[in-house]
Amino acid sequence: MSDLLYSEIENDLRAGVRGLLDDKCAWPDVLAGTERDEPYDAALWRAVAAELGCAGLPVPEAQGGAGATWRETAVTMEELGRAVAPVPFLGSAVLATAALLAAGEEELLAGLAAGDRTAVLAVSFSTSPGVVLREAVHAEDGRLTGRVTSVADGLAADVLLVPAQDGLYAVDAADVTRTPVTSLDMTRRLCDVELSGAPARLVAPGDAAERHALTVGAAMLASEQLGLAEKCLEITVEYLKTRYQFGRPVGSYQGLKHRLADLWTSITQARAVARYAAACVAAGDTDTDIAVAVAQAHCSAVAVRAAEECVQMHGGIGFTWEHPAHLYLKRAKSLSIALGTADRHRATLAALVGLPPA
Amino acid sequence: MSTPPPDADDLRRRVEEFLSGHDPATTEPLEFLRARYDAGLAWVHYPEGHGGLGAPRALQRAVDERFARAKAPRNNPERNGIGLGMAAPTILTFGTEEQRGTFLRPLWTGEEVWCQLFSEPGAGSDLAALGTRAVRDGDRWIVNGQKVWTSMAHEARWAILVTRTDPDLPKHKGMTYFVCDMTAPGVEVRPLRQITGEAEFNEVFLTDVVIPDEHRLGEVGQGWQVSTTTLMNERVAIGGQALPRESGMIGVVARLWRDRPELRTAGLHDSLMRAWVETEAARLTGERLRQQLTAGQPGPEGSAGKLAFAKLNQEVSGLELELLGEEGLRYDDWTMRRPSEVDFTRRSPGYRYLRAKGNSIEGGTSEILRNIVAERVLGLPGEIRVDKDVAWKDLPK
Repeated sequence: MSDLLYSEIENDLRAGVRGLLDDKCAWPDVLAGTERDEPYDAALWRAVAAELGCAGLPVPEAQGGAGATWRETAVTMEELGRAVAPVPFLGSAVLATAALLAAGEEELLAGLAAGDRTAVLAVSFSTSPGVVLREAVHAEDGRLTGRVTSVADGLAADVLLVPAQDGLYAVDAADVTRTPVTSLDMTRRLCDVELSGAPARLVAPGDAAERHALTVGAAMLASEQLGLAEKCLEITVEYLKTRYQFGRPVGSYQGLKHRLADLWTSITQARAVARYAAACVAAGDTDTDIAVAVAQAHCSAVAVRAAEECVQMHGGIGFTWEHPAHLYLKRAKSLSIALGTADRHRATLAALVGLPPA
Repeated sequence: MSTPPPDADDLRRRVEEFLSGHDPATTEPLEFLRARYDAGLAWVHYPEGHGGLGAPRALQRAVDERFARAKAPRNNPERNGIGLGMAAPTILTFGTEEQRGTFLRPLWTGEEVWCQLFSEPGAGSDLAALGTRAVRDGDRWIVNGQKVWTSMAHEARWAILVTRTDPDLPKHKGMTYFVCDMTAPGVEVRPLRQITGEAEFNEVFLTDVVIPDEHRLGEVGQGWQVSTTTLMNERVAIGGQALPRESGMIGVVARLWRDRPELRTAGLHDSLMRAWVETEAARLTGERLRQQLTAGQPGPEGSAGKLAFAKLNQEVSGLELELLGEEGLRYDDWTMRRPSEVDFTRRSPGYRYLRAKGNSIEGGTSEILRNIVAERVLGLPGEIRVDKDVAWKDLPK
């Protein structure tokens, strides 16, 4: 059985990332950022990706990375989830990086690992790893034509990795038209991508690289959901200790306590399944597909429940723009659709474990 | 200077020496078990002279496995869960040297089965409200009252018993803890029939039962603290080893799903997959807890385990009945029996559904466990208490 605990190195990494985010990504900054035109926080992204070196965690040192694994990336995702950090980490340091690693591409990979360049896997953010991609883009003579909608972190990318009918292509962002989408999650904005004969370089034939990337992405997403859920529970508990109604702290009412106890129980389970998924992905374990489907099916619902309870238990203040609860709610609900809904992951799982539908 | 506690190698050597001196095949089982106890190889983390060697608890497993491989006589721990898991650590912590010497060896060897006289009809979740009276009479105590939910009482030689000795004090302060001889005059055990039809548990009526003062565990009035030790060990005893995927109830239903395509519906498939994911999440959580304990980082996750287990076992056993359809209307046997072990998987689906209802009540209700998680783990404020500073006799009952 994989190691499901956190190593000392991981704890140190977590402390470093959390320190940076506490300093540079407090929620009022995140909220203010949602009202600006810049689709993400470029200074924060540089700090996370290049200065802390988090973008290159799973990339071998020989290819310009830190030579760690997806386990450490997962810890970073937990912290970014806690802070609803508006950085293209999932798009670039997870999905695009995983695709390039699987493709054996080195040049662009080194740029991503160093934090010098940013790329995304140009697929709809709702794409599930278990579902065959409908090729929306056609490649002909090294040029791509077609349209991809709802690409997460796409506005931040220098390079787009675009799946076409015969393989995965790298396209310069300057050669495509990107239209910002008003996104439910204001802290991870989407865009629609239009390609009209865009010059493209074949990175990997077939669809193995993007499938691998989606699997890794779904595993890492579980850790983001875990971090988000934990943070929602924390701020809710803190609030319930200090908010008084009817002469007693609201947190002394069983109607609320029992719901939070159940949420805590679900979060302890989320930690176990997210760690297991990260460990499987890191080791290339044969159990990876099952581990990832379980992690997504479980963690999606936990993150949404945590954010919804956070809004509800804060009462009126939790429904206001001036409180961070909505940032978490919008992120959590979007994540429950991202890289496959829980139901799609359960359908994938049913096939994997031999429990066919009716 | 005291010698350092034995390490894994020392223990291995001692077990081999013991086995070469006591052939498991030819030594009389009870004699073998007593000798194993006297060699300190019973529960290695117990002190020398009381079945142990003061070794780290984590080393017990290897010792047990070696004895099992040697086909050594067993002390049948499944028949004496209360004794081994709850009575023994309490006697070790609060017992006098003489009490330890008297009780621990026959407890461990399985010669003497123990039961627990804690809950009462009027004191379930609120154990400290209990009213079974013990009145001092020189160097002995006279006990009157009624206890309930006592498994194994009909086979037990001894019981751990909590009583009220001072009704004028607030409830947590006026309690005293005893060892009760289940063969003493005035102890009457009656089976308590459950919703399954059988009687795993008993009611125990205590009428003018005489307990010598030397069978008191802890000080007079210290009963609550002693009970807390017992109950903490109950939670340690639950949980533990790594389980394979699809263990327990989910495995039963998954096999049924695979074997009987005609039973499948879309809605039940959804329920099945949700339960499968939840069960796997609970399994991995248990595995993670085990890794934490092995690494010496115990966390509060254990209290979540029982909550999750109760909910899942109930849901999935209910799903099994629904999936079976017509067969779910039938039950195997309502005859009143007195099983000495709960046999969850070998009886009928209807039995499983009904027996699982006990999971969220026995060993701490799910509501009390949620209070514990909310207050001790999350640090939320406690309930507003109306009983803390009131004499027990003045509490509304």
